[in-house]
Amino acid sequence: MSKLLVIAFAPDEAVRSVGFAQAVGLPYDILFLTGEPATDLGADRCLAANLSEVPPADGIARFLADFAAEYSHVAALSSMRSKDVMARVAGRMRAGMITDAIGVESPSVFRRPILAGSIIETVETLSFPILLTFRPAGFPKPERTGASSVELIAATIVSAATRVAQTAQSGTRPDLGQAKVIVSGGRPLRDAETFERVIGGLADRLGGAVGATRAAVDSGIAHNELQVGQTGKIVAPDLYIAAGISGSTQHMAGIKDSKVIVAINKDPDAPIFEFADLGIVADLYDAIPAFVQALGDS
Amino acid sequence: MKILVPIKRVVDPYSRVRPLPDGSGIDTTGIKFEINPFDEIALEEAVRLRERIGDVEIVAVSLGTSECEEQLRKALAMGADRAILIETDQLYDPLGIANELAALAQEFQPDIVLMGKQATDDDCNQVGQMVAAILELPQATFASKVETVPGGVRVTRETDEGHETLELNFPCLITTDLRLNEPRYVALPGIIKARSKPLDRRPAVTSSSPKIRTVRVEAPPARQAGRMVTGVSELVAILKDKGVL
Ligand SMILES: Cc1cc2nc3c(=O)[nH]c(=O)nc-3n(C[C@H](O)[C@H](O)[C@H](O)COP(=O)(O)OP(=O)(O)OC[C@H]3O[C@@H](n4cnc5c(N)ncnc54)[C@H](O)[C@@H]3O)c2cc1C
Repeated sequence: MSKLLVIAFAPDEAVRSVGFAQAVGLPYDILFLTGEPATDLGADRCLAANLSEVPPADGIARFLADFAAEYSHVAALSSMRSKDVMARVAGRMRAGMITDAIGVESPSVFRRPILAGSIIETVETLSFPILLTFRPAGFPKPERTGASSVELIAATIVSAATRVAQTAQSGTRPDLGQAKVIVSGGRPLRDAETFERVIGGLADRLGGAVGATRAAVDSGIAHNELQVGQTGKIVAPDLYIAAGISGSTQHMAGIKDSKVIVAINKDPDAPIFEFADLGIVADLYDAIPAFVQALGDS
Repeated sequence: MKILVPIKRVVDPYSRVRPLPDGSGIDTTGIKFEINPFDEIALEEAVRLRERIGDVEIVAVSLGTSECEEQLRKALAMGADRAILIETDQLYDPLGIANELAALAQEFQPDIVLMGKQATDDDCNQVGQMVAAILELPQATFASKVETVPGGVRVTRETDEGHETLELNFPCLITTDLRLNEPRYVALPGIIKARSKPLDRRPAVTSSSPKIRTVRVEAPPARQAGRMVTGVSELVAILKDKGVL
């Protein structure tokens, strides 16, 4: 039977998955692994595993592979966690997988970026089941529809890997994946304190999130979970402000779906000016305080 | 200890690539090929483990045409003890590659399969997890730190929220993220010297039978050209006008 199972690793992923689910055009169930399920997302069945946290990949993948056996499509919002787990589910099911779908042509044909977004590939699945991760930005926001009741799923999960420590979501800033405004900084932000003061300060003034380039993360200026790009987070805010960022293919791969990209760079030949909607040739240490001030005046 | 390090030949991540006019693939005219940067990080980590704990055999393996020999030679120069080229001109999808690597691992019995988290050409981020699933090994993807502990490893990995630390018993599979290390540079003499190290060729043991197939490739839609503004007050005015402030 053709049916899609949407897996929500965190409860807020479900609402961001419905646009994709509806684009596939098959009936769908939603499996909430953790947290309180939302029941008005148009799913046939709303399933809740009620886990206190997502266990290490080997255990959760075994559970998901057994659970998903009846479905033709098994999909989750792209994240580091879903990539860790879903490809393992695919391996266990000996199924194919499509990573980072950005478009749906039919239930077996999808579009996805390759080579850091410099090429779009159209890929067809030759067999089912097919596992997918998808980026939500290109899919419409759904209407909330009729309530379904919640079915509890018993999940006994044993992992061979042992989690001995983890960092929790910290701070009060919005999540990069969902933020309306993102201020990002690159290599010239000297140190962590300067980064936080200059980039974090503007982000807070705009109620936005903070992002960074690989160069900033590698040199310890910014935390790794802030890295935006080909191998970091993919973002799609209304406003993306890039300060002291050259515009490498790898960084731009993560921000292409932003509505308005603003670049602040002191080099008039920086490649980022080819992509940015609005550019200012300026020293960020002058431009950002001036920007904050201009906002304050209004 | 034995470590298996898969190596993929990819187009140089710093080159500008274009689709062929008929959309059948990438135009590779004049483009350099390199070891996938994440695989280089994996190999570097294997070499560092050997430098720390001594008795480690490192086998590098690549699946593809005879051209992959170039990358395997470089892997030998970086410190792999020997290399295996699973030679094929068929197209393998990630599951097909995982099946081949799993078959090799069953023969070689590594304590660690240490590999890149994703290839910078297809950006799939699948093969490591698939190998781990097929071999039923515990996995730690996106590693930023690897320490040995009695009977296994303790791996710090990058997550959406920051970090987590996993402990895995041998045998296990690790995929690397950018922060794990900075691969050493090998100069040409090193590559020439490594020519005496063994590089064996063998055929694939599974047929490719892909589950997914590329239909066509194309350039992404171009972003509309932007404009330069002279100062922040103009910028603020435009952003307000666009309704994003
Ligand atoms: C396998 C691989 C994966 C990668 N993945 C990612 C990824 O996911 N994300 C990512 O971001 N990168 C990634 N990279 C790295 C990428 O190639 C670039 O090296 C990186 O994005 C550059 O960061 P940057 O723009 O901060 O630094 P730089 O390229 O050094 O640019 C700094 C810019 O700041 C400008 N500048 C300097 N001082 C000032 C000032 N005072 N005021 C204003 N402007 C100033 C300079 O003119 C310059 O343009 C990856 C690379 C590889 C090989």
